Amino acid sequence: MKRFSSRAVILGVAAPVGALLFAGLVCALILLLTDHSPADVVDQMITSAQRPRTFVNSLNSATTYYLAAVAVAIGFRMNLFNIGVDGQYRLAAMLSAAFAGASFMESLPSFLRIALTMIAAMLVGAAWAGLAGLLKVTRGVSEVISTIMLNAVATALVSYLLNPNRLAVQTAGSNNIGTSPITEGGQVEGIAYAGSSSKLFGLVFLAVAVGLVYWFVLARTRFGFELKATGLSESAAVASGVAVKRMVLYSMLLSGAVAGLVGMPQLLGSSHSYALDFPAGVGFTGIAVALLGRNHPVGMALAAVLWGLLDNSSNSLDVAGVPKEIVAIMQGVIVLSVVVAYELVRRYKVRVEQREVGRALGRTESGKTEPATIGEVSA
Amino acid sequence: MLLVSNEDAPDAVALAGIGKRFPGVVANSDVNLRVRAGTVHAVVGENGAGKSTLMKILYGMQHPDEGTITVNGEAVSFNSPADAIAVGIGMVHQHFMLADNLTVLENVVLGNEPRSGGRLDFRSARRRITEISDNYGLGVDPEALVDELGVGERQRVEILKVLYRGARTLILDEPTAVLVPQEVDELFGNLRELKAEGLTILFISHKLDEVLSVADDITVMRRGTTVASVTPSEVTSRQLAELMVGRALPVPELRESTVTEEVVLDVAGLTVTSADGRTVLDDVTFTIHAGEVLGIAGVEGNGQAELVDALMGIRASTGSIRLGGADGQRDISRLSTRRRREGGIGLIPADRHRQGMLLEATLWENRILGHQTRPPNVRGLLLNRSGARRDTARIVEEYDVRTPGIEVIAASLSGGNQQKLIVGREMSSGPTLLIAAHPTRGVDVGAQAAIWEHIRKARAERLAVLLISADLDELIGMSDRLAVILRGRLVSTLDPKTVTPQDLGAAMTGAGDGTEEGR
Repeated sequence: MKRFSSRAVILGVAAPVGALLFAGLVCALILLLTDHSPADVVDQMITSAQRPRTFVNSLNSATTYYLAAVAVAIGFRMNLFNIGVDGQYRLAAMLSAAFAGASFMESLPSFLRIALTMIAAMLVGAAWAGLAGLLKVTRGVSEVISTIMLNAVATALVSYLLNPNRLAVQTAGSNNIGTSPITEGGQVEGIAYAGSSSKLFGLVFLAVAVGLVYWFVLARTRFGFELKATGLSESAAVASGVAVKRMVLYSMLLSGAVAGLVGMPQLLGSSHSYALDFPAGVGFTGIAVALLGRNHPVGMALAAVLWGLLDNSSNSLDVAGVPKEIVAIMQGVIVLSVVVAYELVRRYKVRVEQREVGRALGRTESGKTEPATIGEVSA
Repeated sequence: MLLVSNEDAPDAVALAGIGKRFPGVVANSDVNLRVRAGTVHAVVGENGAGKSTLMKILYGMQHPDEGTITVNGEAVSFNSPADAIAVGIGMVHQHFMLADNLTVLENVVLGNEPRSGGRLDFRSARRRITEISDNYGLGVDPEALVDELGVGERQRVEILKVLYRGARTLILDEPTAVLVPQEVDELFGNLRELKAEGLTILFISHKLDEVLSVADDITVMRRGTTVASVTPSEVTSRQLAELMVGRALPVPELRESTVTEEVVLDVAGLTVTSADGRTVLDDVTFTIHAGEVLGIAGVEGNGQAELVDALMGIRASTGSIRLGGADGQRDISRLSTRRRREGGIGLIPADRHRQGMLLEATLWENRILGHQTRPPNVRGLLLNRSGARRDTARIVEEYDVRTPGIEVIAASLSGGNQQKLIVGREMSSGPTLLIAAHPTRGVDVGAQAAIWEHIRKARAERLAVLLISADLDELIGMSDRLAVILRGRLVSTLDPKTVTPQDLGAAMTGAGDGTEEGR
């Protein structure tokens, strides 16, 4: 019975690898059509990726993307589409930045300050996602619609609060405004990497920990089982005593809490305040990474690193005279083709397994059955 | 082994050496079938014997991998049902394909609308429908709204629809599955009229008494191939059944009574209202004792599904549901589905794919489903994967689930094996009450016998069983007591020892005086 698992791994890898190759092919075609050499571009990107600085930046981006992907994947696991990770993390980052930068935090020990900041971010994220969950459970509002709208509300709320009269201060020597900077005790020290001027986010370990917890909860706990069951068949889950409405609410809250963490590596490791230039759109990248990594804790990590590498090595393309938007095209094609590839592989897997079982049993059955006893009756 | 046709007229339909392969599914191999023109020809076989595939091939929905199809002596090849209709072959599906909010007339012409100068010509269509209906004695009113028609009438509309399109050979796929005995008799009357008018009927069924009463020729299928051609005068129903399964048959029957005094389930005034305000389960009251099987008979859609959902807490209801256990009776009507399951209710759902299993999860994960709060599947809040795996292996062994292992996904098992896994799972938690809805539907004879035996054994061990079934023999054979459900109400109680399928059928439709005692 174990023999099914090695094939499962191959099939699991086949889809994303196939999608990547296909995306590469499409991009090569586009490059050729626009009179650029695909080989040069690949060369350029590979050289760039080998630079320590690009490498560190890529890992830093990947850390953020991974957290966003996990937040999305928690919902995906039970067919909940939390499109609102973006709004959740921005609101959470902004409010927790204001909280962490507040003067009363200065007196607290460093560890406590960081922990409190992260808890605050998780609470804000969970609350914002919980709104959508609550609407779905009590009023049947599609979480897709409500989270998209909550994204817009979050944008408005952030710009309202990010005002010198409210939570923001003018950044010294620039036109930028942001929350008051988090002083040293509230920051998370980066990890220096030889040859790179930028440091690796200290909270890269947070991403690893979140990945581990995600894996453990899904694969090893009752909650994870009920989440999976609901995702596979809601009607079967209901008949099996899973309180589906409660599961919807819980998973939205969890998804939002993880979304709250998305901004933390950047905030505590590099920006130290939430300003107008805080990265936006990471929530949507998270959707792409979760799709590519197939909600799998390791798969999403690989996908996040790939995304980070693509994003950060794209800057070098301008130097080669290639518009760096080619990377965005590539990412788009990857996501589209991987979704198709996964569905094809899924169907293929079911069919292959049915055939295998059919064959395995067909043999044993034909051995057991007595020859037909038709002749006597029809004669 | 084929019958020799004693007429010179070519066969209405002849299939020779038909083969069709699907991944993992029993399809067809070397199927030979000759249907004489102007006869009723029955194709019988167990579920999964390949009847449906064969009919799909004949109706142009599937293309055979090999073999030839001949219609009225000419070789044909179908690429779509339209090709089949073009040579006069029409299909009456088991599940009606009618629009409820249209009239019979509109349904019949739908997709084949008669036009005259750009306008719909309903008048000539109406004339033709009346003509067909009168010719074949179908008694269909073209102006009636389909919504208001009964099941038997709807079926006649389906037949009319096919005739309207010019079919001379009709395929009827399990036409009696949805009918009660009285309606079956009417249908057979219609079929004889059609035959008298020179039409050919191909009749798919696994109900042998019906086949023997109406068919001129019978072809038996087993494991995807045709194994015998017989005429009704040559065989008894039992011989035919044995041809179908290739061995001796199980019979649903209970041995000595094991009914005790202890009430396990006490339901009073159970009422369910649907979303649109209709009362779909109306003031239902009954009890089941330990060691007793209560059978619920009824035409499908009379509240059986709602009864199960209400008992399981899947659907809101009013009234009281009291469940007995080791620590006496308690009202469970406000408890969640999970608590009710933990309280000792096991469920074999009517639709195992929708409610009974996770098709894309492994067998051992399916073992956990519905029992995700109880050992051996969990330890506190954590899954006990090895415990669940071990117990799944035990179920596979004890309940004879044919599978190469417990790591395969549930979708790869046959229906009968899926059902055995569900039965094994539900019995494994030591239930006090088992709700078994159509426990042997769509499973082969071997699995059927095994499932009956498990229910008998559990009954002897004081299990209370609520048995819901559409199979009247199963109901009569496996129940200690029968209650008839009609339009959401329990209308009568019958004694399975004395009741005949005819009486039961009458009580199920509310016709006749099948009532032995009022409720």
